[in-house]
Amino acid sequence: MRRMLLAPVLLALLLGAAPSIRVQGDLLLTTDAPRLADYGLFDADEVPAAGVRPYTLNTPLFSDGAEKYRFVWLPPGNSAQYRASGALAFPVGTVLVKRFGFPADMRQPVRDVRMIETRLLIHRPAGWVALSYVEQPGGAVLKRAGVKVPVQFIDKAGRAQAIDYAVPNQNQCKTCHQDGEAITPLGPTAGNLNGGLFGEGPSQLMIWAAAGRLAGLPAAGWPILARWDDAAEPLDARARAYLAVNCGHCHSRGGFASNSGLYLVPEETTPAHLGVLKRPVAAGRGSGGHEFSILPGQPDKSILLHRMIASEPGIMMPQFGRALAHEEGNALIRKWIAAMPAPTAPTLATTATP
Amino acid sequence: MRMALLIALLASSSLAQAKMIHVGPGGNAQEKLQTALIEAQPGDTVHIAAGRYALADGLSLDVDGVTVKGDGPDKTILDFTAQKVAGEGLLVTSDNVVVRDLGIENAAGNGVKSKGSDGIALVNLRVEWTGGPKSTNGAYGLYPVSSKNVLIDRSVVKGASDAGIYVGQSQNIIVRGSRAEMNVAGIEIENSYDADVVGNTATNNAGGILVFDLPDLPQQGGRNVRLTNNQVIDNNHANFAAPGNIVAGVPSGTGIMVMANSNVMVSGNHVMGNNGSAVMVVAYTQAFTDKAYNPLPRAVAIAGNHFMNNGKSPSFAGGKEIAAAMGGTLPPVMWDGVTRYTVPGGGEKSADGGIASDAPGITLNLGLQGTSPAQAKPAPLTPTKLAADRPAIVLPAALEARAK
Repeated sequence: MRRMLLAPVLLALLLGAAPSIRVQGDLLLTTDAPRLADYGLFDADEVPAAGVRPYTLNTPLFSDGAEKYRFVWLPPGNSAQYRASGALAFPVGTVLVKRFGFPADMRQPVRDVRMIETRLLIHRPAGWVALSYVEQPGGAVLKRAGVKVPVQFIDKAGRAQAIDYAVPNQNQCKTCHQDGEAITPLGPTAGNLNGGLFGEGPSQLMIWAAAGRLAGLPAAGWPILARWDDAAEPLDARARAYLAVNCGHCHSRGGFASNSGLYLVPEETTPAHLGVLKRPVAAGRGSGGHEFSILPGQPDKSILLHRMIASEPGIMMPQFGRALAHEEGNALIRKWIAAMPAPTAPTLATTATP
Repeated sequence: MRMALLIALLASSSLAQAKMIHVGPGGNAQEKLQTALIEAQPGDTVHIAAGRYALADGLSLDVDGVTVKGDGPDKTILDFTAQKVAGEGLLVTSDNVVVRDLGIENAAGNGVKSKGSDGIALVNLRVEWTGGPKSTNGAYGLYPVSSKNVLIDRSVVKGASDAGIYVGQSQNIIVRGSRAEMNVAGIEIENSYDADVVGNTATNNAGGILVFDLPDLPQQGGRNVRLTNNQVIDNNHANFAAPGNIVAGVPSGTGIMVMANSNVMVSGNHVMGNNGSAVMVVAYTQAFTDKAYNPLPRAVAIAGNHFMNNGKSPSFAGGKEIAAAMGGTLPPVMWDGVTRYTVPGGGEKSADGGIASDAPGITLNLGLQGTSPAQAKPAPLTPTKLAADRPAIVLPAALEARAK
């Protein structure tokens, strides 16, 4: 691998160009490359190429506890446009990179990380394209049909876990990233970027704006998505952030679960659409015998939590993207529902079918 | 003439480009099938040869204009008994798709689902939970939702823990020549517009054919549904749905049930041997907060049906007493007599169309939506001479041709 890269590097040195690998912007725009390395996003030592910048989210999607490393590359001279809701408006040519790896022991998340896959969202003239590259000896290769990768690790509680980690197929990428007929990025919203890189320092919105990578940032009034795991934040903000990121991609008016009437995006305010005293529509056995998505004060009688705890297909939510239940996330939602004031009797009134 | 020639040329050239992708059993069925469904181009047919395909994950199709075809519902079998992932066996999210001649067994969630498809034909399919009716079976067998131009033809669904054939929030729909048995609900049309349910058999379900509308959904106000020439027979199976779901409230023994829809025609059906109501017409029974929702059934016409041997042993509360008062059996038609409702936030509205039947019936005269059936004031429903009809639903000719 390194030897293969040596020739172009030497050539670049001789020609006086930067001695680093170069992002293949034209290739990104036109071609689903068979190998990740073809795009020049990372060198043989996995060092990002010039312009490939890391970013982090206040609240990320749970993916069986995988560590995720996020990067963005904008075509030189271009910037993303600020939007208060939804993903920032990235220019054509942008690539969003998410690399997934499992540490051998999640109590030491920076040690012995085994890389599994790298997902790309590429903004082409006709729209966003989602591609996944799966690590193999000799480098990551494009897999359109998905693949299961056996993964073993010690979880945060010190237990040995063995799962079949599911690399999504191309259609599954779209199922989550769909907004109406189009594919859209999910993570890099203004609210979710409005926090320090790796949780420290100034807001990434400010950093991006200062570096010319974000245009149109207003002087004030930026939305902020809470950190789901920051106990100092209000419970409601943490729970809503968690649901927005882990459920809101499908449970939105333009998402795959639009027909459910359950909308968990940050902007939603109607209690019934947030699940409060909402009866199931097409949940089938997923209801677990419960009457409401959320029965305030009663997490164990709420379909929402029932489906988050479940790991059985046909019941579990999200429908794919995890093999394990997210105990910390479920505990947060349990606490949130338990803290809701119990409803008054008339709102629960039902009459039997005659 | 020149235009006709041009069209013929275009048609032949697209035919020439369309290719057949063959997939056979053995090897890594999951990856082979999913790869074929991803790599298919518009116009292509993915042919799945006879055999049993053991699948641990759902399959999905997101390419327009593709036909997925097996060698017959008992020959090409997609077996999801060991399914570990995904909410359905086969998910279709593209337009103008035909899925035909396949068996789908033991899906963890739904059998075949289409979401947001314009043009979806499910033809000669068998969706079955082979362990018999169980609450742990998947919810729906054939499940087009938020779709347009929907055809379900010559298919069979057995054992769904919700509805065998369920069309939700869709428009321009034909369900015909199909069979639903041992499901909680046989066939259900929910929050949908312009549907013909024609020439099907619904038997041994808890409820045969349902036409429902529910609140808090992107598409509601279900209307213009016609149930014609169906066999609705012996739907006396125990209701095995998980509580909480709307169909869990459907009394075993129900032939046809219409809830909160307008312009529904029930005509020319053979409704026999259902122990409860042959035809039940009701308002939505639960409390609701959706101001835009109308919980009343309006303009429901029941005409020219053949009723026999129904209503002998109704399972719903108060049913036996009503049957006894009527001389031992319920009359074919029962209406809850709900004619007005309270709009959430204030005000009251009344029904804008009546319930008419040419067969004997009874109304419970409940009046206001939400009134307990314990307060029923049963009275005979005066039969009306009816000869109403409306034009049949027509689907795009190209879709019908591919579904032949």
